[in-house]
Amino acid sequence: MDEASLAGPRERALAEAPVRVVSARIGLGRRLAGLWSRRELLWGLVFSDIRIKYKNSALGIFWSMLSPAFTLAVYYMVFSLFLKNGIPNFVVYLFAGLVVWNMFLTAVSTATAVIVDRAALVKKVSFPREILALSNVGAAIVYFVVQLVVLVVFLLVLRHAPAWGFLWLLPVSFLALAAFSAALSIVMSAVNVYFRDMKHLIEVVLQLWFWLTPVVYSYENSIAPHLAAHGLTVLYFLNPVTLVVVTFQRVFYVTPVVHSTVTGQVLSILPTWSFDRFLLLNLALLAISLAAFVVAEVVFGRLEGNFESEL
Amino acid sequence: MTTVIEVRGVSKQFKIHHERHQSLKERVLHPRAGSTELFNALRDVSFDVGAGETVGIVGHNGSGKSTLLKCICGVLKPSAGQIRLRGSLAALLELGAGFQPELSGRDNVYLYGAMLGLSRRTVDAVFDEIVEFSEIAPFIDTQVKFYSSGMYVRLAFAVAVNVDPDILVVDEVLAVGDERFQAKCVDRIQRFQREGRTILLVTHNADQVRALCDRAIVLDGGDLVADGPTNESLRVFRERLLDEAAEHDPERLLGTIQIESVTTPSGSFEVRNGAGIHLDVMVTSQAAFSGNFVVEVFTRAGLLVSRSDAQGAPINLAPGTNRVAVDLPALPLLDGVYDVNLGVVDALGHTVVAWREGAASLQVIYDGREGGIVALGAAVTQL
Repeated sequence: MDEASLAGPRERALAEAPVRVVSARIGLGRRLAGLWSRRELLWGLVFSDIRIKYKNSALGIFWSMLSPAFTLAVYYMVFSLFLKNGIPNFVVYLFAGLVVWNMFLTAVSTATAVIVDRAALVKKVSFPREILALSNVGAAIVYFVVQLVVLVVFLLVLRHAPAWGFLWLLPVSFLALAAFSAALSIVMSAVNVYFRDMKHLIEVVLQLWFWLTPVVYSYENSIAPHLAAHGLTVLYFLNPVTLVVVTFQRVFYVTPVVHSTVTGQVLSILPTWSFDRFLLLNLALLAISLAAFVVAEVVFGRLEGNFESEL
Repeated sequence: MTTVIEVRGVSKQFKIHHERHQSLKERVLHPRAGSTELFNALRDVSFDVGAGETVGIVGHNGSGKSTLLKCICGVLKPSAGQIRLRGSLAALLELGAGFQPELSGRDNVYLYGAMLGLSRRTVDAVFDEIVEFSEIAPFIDTQVKFYSSGMYVRLAFAVAVNVDPDILVVDEVLAVGDERFQAKCVDRIQRFQREGRTILLVTHNADQVRALCDRAIVLDGGDLVADGPTNESLRVFRERLLDEAAEHDPERLLGTIQIESVTTPSGSFEVRNGAGIHLDVMVTSQAAFSGNFVVEVFTRAGLLVSRSDAQGAPINLAPGTNRVAVDLPALPLLDGVYDVNLGVVDALGHTVVAWREGAASLQVIYDGREGGIVALGAAVTQL
């Protein structure tokens, strides 16, 4: 009968199909493999997130440029025009740092609430839950790329050449930032299920974090000497975003030491590290961030077991 | 037969919060306030499902059947034990749960497909079939938030059944949609059976399990209490339901009435087609009771042939032993064994006070060449 012939090949194929295991504890290797096997879902979620966000808006994804451009303009006016910090080409310095900060901010602040917001989905459909948090990181990366393109156009208009020799730091630095953002996003999204205050708390923490990162001010020119005097420089660089911001500023702003446009004094803006030192630090950060990602996966695995009874 | 679902010692405990403290302030201020209680939704459940089997999972509300299903789908993680699955799985848990209201039907098909683990190319290949099955072609580019609930469900069902799953998990969804769509769903499930796919059907509708499943698993209070041929499992299910009812029986009627025995005048349960049979039923009662008497006849395959009762004339049981006569005149049935279930219910038919599953088995003898259940005696002649 045709029923038997239909069943035959299916059963043969089944016998060779890989076995999936559902149990209380899933090994890390299996977790990561599962995550990788569902990457297509990740792309799908990233682009649906972006489409939904700008669905009914006339300007669409241009908003992802307009809003940072506005922030940029405000900070430029406040720090360069009103407070007269004397940094020449301050807008380039500011832009380079903001691009990095915006990605981190967008990723972490949107990902924190995502599992609670998508509770209906989490309770009904099976997929690695951290993909939800990762999709927010992915969307943040897309906005980051858009802003980076604007930055490049900006540099062309200003005829401001980047530090070509340092350009290869960017991919390393970017990957480190992406991995760190992903790690923090994954953990926060899970913690928020148990402590709903996390969503609000993280906003406050991120504001403080912004001022601990040298985006609108120059670290070298402000607190570096004071910290160095007490041997606390390391403390400042414990903030992983700082190194990425400084690297981007070094690549795009280029000159570590400039003359103040206000007083004519010599200003030390950026660390005068060599390419090798930058590379080494960034590689170290990448390694730490990847390790953080793995730890985040383990933590998430522990926390997700009780999602359904908490959601 | 290849084993496609292997459930091994699966338990699931839920924490029940009596006072929820989910904000940081409350947790800090009342670290110990609000007790949590552990609730065992599943206790050490083990079974295997082979390729091509259709297995029903039955149990009343709270028996753990949905929890088990969610564990199999991977939505929930068991607290202990493990489940091993072979092949792709599509679940009809809550149709359309994965849909994004802001996106169009088209985008949602791809997104939902990705959630079920399908590549874009795979969805491309079956996209037209999905749209055709769902019958919403004119609205496929409309945002899903403008869909009616029926359209929503049809689209989700269409995706799930057109993605070529090896294992299909169905949870009560056959109760949604209009009658025509339900028939379409049942039809599709039967096609899946013919194609040798594995199906898990979770329901508390015993008739649906009889119609579709060759095997049934009964869960009660988180324990697996029966696993076997549909008829036998359903007998356990019904008995459990009776036990359950007895605990909540305000008038303490249950257990006071028993269907003791069924006999025939000749002592034989063999009957020729067209002949009748008289069943003499012995019922004992501890108190006087007035109610109705139910007779069900099933085929061995679990198909209900007939359900009838005393038809308005109440059965008055006196304390002690009572005799009830059940006459089945001129059985029009074909060759085979038929199971008879008997029960005593209250006058309105709401409460079962006594039930005997498989009270008697009738062996019907028929010499004709007809196939099916009923002898219609259809005559075919050329004019």
